[in-house]
Amino acid sequence: MLKVEGVSRIFGDKKVVDDLNFAVEDGEFVALLGPSGCGKSTSLKMIAGLEDPNTGTIELDGKDITHLGPGQRKLGMVFQSYALFPHLSVKENILFGLKARKVQKDEQQKRLTSVVDLVGLGEHLEKKPGQLSGGQCQRVALARAIVSEANLCLMDEPLSNLDAKLRNEMRTEIRALQQRLGMSVIYVTHDQVEAMSMADKIVLMNDGRIEQIGLPEDLYNRPATVFAAQFIGSPPMNIIPAGDKLLGVRPEHIRIEDGGMPGRVISCDYHGADTIVLADISSNGDTESLVKLRYPGHALFTAEQNISIHWKPEFEHQFSSSTRTSIDAQPTN
Amino acid sequence: MIRRLNLKAWLLLLPALTLLVAFTHWPTLKTFWRSATWAKSDVAPSQFVGLENYELLIEDPVFWQVIQNNFWYAVGTVPTSIALAIGMALWVNGKIRHKGLLRLAYFTPTILPMITVANIWLFFYSPDIGLFDQLLRAVGIDGPNWLGDPDMALGSLMAMTIWKEAGFFMIFYLAALQTLSPELYDAAKVEGAGPWRTFWRITFPLLMPTTLFVLINALLNAFKLVDHLFILTKGGPNNASNLLLYYIYETAFSFLDSYYAATLTVVMLVALALIALAQMLFFDRKIHYR
Ligand SMILES: Nc1ncnc2c1ncn2[C@@H]1O[C@H](COP(=O)(O)OP(=O)(O)O)[C@@H](O)[C@H]1O
Ligand SMILES: [Mg+2]
Repeated sequence: MLKVEGVSRIFGDKKVVDDLNFAVEDGEFVALLGPSGCGKSTSLKMIAGLEDPNTGTIELDGKDITHLGPGQRKLGMVFQSYALFPHLSVKENILFGLKARKVQKDEQQKRLTSVVDLVGLGEHLEKKPGQLSGGQCQRVALARAIVSEANLCLMDEPLSNLDAKLRNEMRTEIRALQQRLGMSVIYVTHDQVEAMSMADKIVLMNDGRIEQIGLPEDLYNRPATVFAAQFIGSPPMNIIPAGDKLLGVRPEHIRIEDGGMPGRVISCDYHGADTIVLADISSNGDTESLVKLRYPGHALFTAEQNISIHWKPEFEHQFSSSTRTSIDAQPTN
Repeated sequence: MIRRLNLKAWLLLLPALTLLVAFTHWPTLKTFWRSATWAKSDVAPSQFVGLENYELLIEDPVFWQVIQNNFWYAVGTVPTSIALAIGMALWVNGKIRHKGLLRLAYFTPTILPMITVANIWLFFYSPDIGLFDQLLRAVGIDGPNWLGDPDMALGSLMAMTIWKEAGFFMIFYLAALQTLSPELYDAAKVEGAGPWRTFWRITFPLLMPTTLFVLINALLNAFKLVDHLFILTKGGPNNASNLLLYYIYETAFSFLDSYYAATLTVVMLVALALIALAQMLFFDRKIHYR
């Protein structure tokens, strides 16, 4: 339904978004993932019409909307700061767009009732945003974005101002809401866990460019670049130089087993369910070569202890050291 | 302990309190008292006359003219300068270059001393040789006598006030506008609101606290204006541009009738207090304070 082709945005002499190409299908939840400052918000704003692209086209439902005003694109949008109108009641906030678009009164009421039901704001309709908690503000912003019944909803880091517990709840809730309404969503986040757990498809960005587009499991199992390999997963994938190649292996795929590669423990980080062990696997005299590995349970290694590590060949990824892109012969599973 | 703290607090308050009582509260009380007394001459002892001075006031046509002038002066200058201030602030706050310079330009009228301002405008308004008359002559119009014509004098005064106050108020609006989040405007745009709706539904209500502050100040200024009159019209011709405070000054220091001046002052104090009170009561409920 949404097609972004060759879209770029230049601020001053910096290409903040460089040749963006991706599509969103009907009812698809697409996460726009990347580190802070990589151009996610700028990309989203161009789709919303709040920024003008320097090049490229944006198509919505087969119509070219590249230079259409934001109000005419019929999108919903949730902002990072919620952007609720502080002087208007919850109800007026939600109805703002319908009133601006001169939707009939009884239709307004009908839609208000149904979204308020959906996001659960029943008893707060007459309150001002200042009287609500962060999570409730989030719901109002969500309600305002979906009440227009737009097919595409844009969300810019909508959960980043919430505490961890609420963030987890809202994550599930937003995903459920999206599936129930069959909306398409573009969801901007810098949090790979959020993207992995919510999205049908992830568009991974770095420094204004797309690194990889794919299913969450594609990004995890078949990272196209060293950047993608290290951005997804926590702790990030270990990258070990090996001749003209780089070997990549995830900490959770490394086992401590006899008869493997010798290593020396540097430190242990206990996380409850598991322990992250930092080890040096350089052979004597070489420069340090550190890897992290995930050891189930509470590991009781002492510093300088010698261990032996091992991973299955199918968990090994190979990257070219010059292009830093994947040269895996075969997709691993 | 608490006592000691209290004592300390009172001691700290003392200098300010002394000044306030000595130069504001005490003279106010004395003015009220004086407005109820009268003396034949400066040396004669004053005697209590009750409301006689106020009866005098009601029969004084100049008083009514001055009140009327003040009313029109307020009506003519306050809304206009506020509207201009908002308009200019929106414009300056928009995407234009040299914001700093422009802000300074608008602020200049306010940082200039009133007497200087009045003198500049005296030159603008001078008959024949003044700037306005010269400009009008250039397009073939015989300019009026801006300050000498009873029908023009108050209007000319109002024009100058608007010029001076709009720039001053703009600074407050500009400061207020810069605290508004740009994301609010993005949200309004996405929701399909045009500039008109955005202004009336978002910007204007969010500027309300500033508007209240500015409104009180503007109204109080309108009743307190006096310095321009010294330079420009001296309340003339024939009281056409006379305002309450200037009339009080004239009564006290030209006509040397301090008892009647006290009576006029009481009227002014009551008027100012009422303005402040009405605004607090009326607006406090309707304004969204963050
Ligand atoms: N209006 C602007 N003018 C100049 N630079 C900007 C503007 N908006 C964003 N940038 C720059 O563009 C880059 C990408 O910003 P943004 O899209 O907000 O990143 P993200 O949302 O991924 O954190 C940043 O380096 C930011 O400083
Ligand atoms: Mg951002």
